[in-house]
Amino acid sequence: MPILQDLNAFARHSLRSATRGNRLYWLWMGLLGICIGVGIFSYLEQLDGGLIRTAMRDPVSWGFYIGNFTFLVGVAAAAVLLVIPAYVYHWKPIKEVVILGELLAISAIVMCALFVLVDVGRPDRVWHLMPGLGRLNVPSSLLGWDVLVLNAYLILNFVIVSYLLFSMFKGRKPRTAIFMPLVLLSIPAAVGIHTVTAFLYNGFAGRPFWNASILAPRFIASAFCSGPAVLLILMQLLRRFTRFEIQSSAIWKVAELMAYAMFLNLFLHGAEVFKEYYSDTEHLVHMQYMFQGIGEHRAIVPYMWLSVFCSITAFLLFLIPKTRRNPVTLNLGCVLIFSGVYIEKGMGLVIPGLTPDTLGEIYEYFPTWIEIGVAVGVFGIGAFIFTVLVKIATPIMLRASAGEASAEPGSGQPHRQRTTGQD
Amino acid sequence: MKPELTRRTFLCTLAGCAAAAATGGCGDITHTSFFRDNFRDLEKEELQQILAELEREHSKTYGKQVTVGAAQAQPGVEFGYALDLSRCVGCRRCVYGCVEENNQSRDPQIHWIRVLEMEQEKGIDFHHADAYYDPETVPEAGKFYVPVACQQCRNAPCVKSCPVGATWQEDDGIVVIDYDWCIGCRCCMSACPYGARHFNWATPDVPAEEMNPDTHILGNRPRMKGVVEKCTFCVHRVREGKYPRCVEVCPVGARKFGNLLDPQSEVRQILEHKRVVTLKSELNTRPRFYYFFG
Repeated sequence: MPILQDLNAFARHSLRSATRGNRLYWLWMGLLGICIGVGIFSYLEQLDGGLIRTAMRDPVSWGFYIGNFTFLVGVAAAAVLLVIPAYVYHWKPIKEVVILGELLAISAIVMCALFVLVDVGRPDRVWHLMPGLGRLNVPSSLLGWDVLVLNAYLILNFVIVSYLLFSMFKGRKPRTAIFMPLVLLSIPAAVGIHTVTAFLYNGFAGRPFWNASILAPRFIASAFCSGPAVLLILMQLLRRFTRFEIQSSAIWKVAELMAYAMFLNLFLHGAEVFKEYYSDTEHLVHMQYMFQGIGEHRAIVPYMWLSVFCSITAFLLFLIPKTRRNPVTLNLGCVLIFSGVYIEKGMGLVIPGLTPDTLGEIYEYFPTWIEIGVAVGVFGIGAFIFTVLVKIATPIMLRASAGEASAEPGSGQPHRQRTTGQD
Repeated sequence: MKPELTRRTFLCTLAGCAAAAATGGCGDITHTSFFRDNFRDLEKEELQQILAELEREHSKTYGKQVTVGAAQAQPGVEFGYALDLSRCVGCRRCVYGCVEENNQSRDPQIHWIRVLEMEQEKGIDFHHADAYYDPETVPEAGKFYVPVACQQCRNAPCVKSCPVGATWQEDDGIVVIDYDWCIGCRCCMSACPYGARHFNWATPDVPAEEMNPDTHILGNRPRMKGVVEKCTFCVHRVREGKYPRCVEVCPVGARKFGNLLDPQSEVRQILEHKRVVTLKSELNTRPRFYYFFG
């Protein structure tokens, strides 16, 4: 059958792309291999002794893993949401932006699943979550919903990306009637995964720090900061190392949108800070623990202020046209915004939410080396998957756009005037 | 056998092999626990087999005859608890009695009951409570004591949050956990407003000579690493007509227990003749555990 031959050729081509690269590529992959090795070693240790190898205990029963999970759901969601500005502003490489965003989403969702897997006490029983086979408790459990929407989102992105790349590989124009509805579906799905994850926390009435209606909007706003930061850096790297074409103006526009998203995020956060400090009820303790510490318990205070500093600085860098157009300050802004949101939505969300616990006990959580090792491994796997996917996709995208360019020579869109560096 | 069961068993076997290979370090995956259905989906014969297997296994481990029962809720019974705060002296005998009765891990230490020391001036205020008080003698002047365990809520946030239906409310009001179905995600611990749920961060350690051999499958039978556990009102005792252990060991008679549906029961009498409060009533959990000032 011809389709099987095509798929076979596609698979062989993909394998070839992924296993060929220059020294830098192998150095990077080797580094990721080491990270994954550290992760596996740490996880085996944790399996052997139990979750007691982590710093989590009954008062703070979620920690670093669930924090990373939450952050990465945001990355996954926002990567796809970049499709919206791509459309609104008529960027030329829209298919490419879609593909890169969805590759990032796929990698991020895989990391999310792994962070949940390493967090559960009985990984041998995760099949209990499978609808039909296990006993998924929907509609009442929000984690149940999260499992459903995250998997649906993963499948959706995988289908879109495979279809686009396969069509390009075959030298066919992807049929808009097929992929556009799916891309349009992936936009509410992206908002959906993030909303459901926010509701997971939001729904605990006994945890006032999370039980604030502003949580889901805050999640979406901060996701618009963290996800695009990764893509901005990636686009610049591709532009430098391949013939991948992307207008600088598109990059600047994303940075500008990130500044607005960060403003919204800071505003929403500020609204919460005001409410807690001004009303000064017993619910204030969680925010006090976060920003001031309680008594000698101050373990996370410096990190929270670091997060505030990173977020505000990045906001200013992206707001001022001059600094968002300068490659140095632009990339600095990307790193700062990523770090700021990583702290705020990871540990900064989970730990103050659980400290003090429901009976007023203060247990100071700080991750152990095992937890850090496992997390390094999970990020290693995610980066590995992302690198391989981008490595496979780039030559196909380049070939397709070269084909298009020769097919319609006089199109003369501004982006094509830019000549990019050599391979 | 129904065809879906066959498919399910097949899939489970596949998954089991994969998981067993992946989790080489998890020594305590037994046949019964791994391939088993959720407790509520078990056929009668399956349950009997599982009980027999658990009894064999635990009897061997602890070197004594262990019974694992599965007594069901009785019709016309809804259990309720009332605790007299003006009598409690904070001696923690209930805590230790509970640990022994319910085979809680000694190391790492798990206590289903936590006694909070509070200041008389502040009233019931969790943010100024101390669970680690350690004076020469109790009660201390100016302090009072609030023991807190599972409140057996009518509107239980933990049950709602569990992604796999491993915890539910029985007809007599007791919230139980299927230890063989819990995946250890700890959503219920985030959901519980009373800190009543406890996780087995390591393999629980119960000395064989102190192990209580009278157990219930949803209650005090030995647990495994990586699952959540909590107070069940001593389900193995109360369904046999006995009091929970904490009621029996309390030296000052602060703890009262009975059937809320029986007008003559002590707990019903207290509801009618005393004024009671429930903890964090603003959360609408509607506990079956009442506090009163006798």
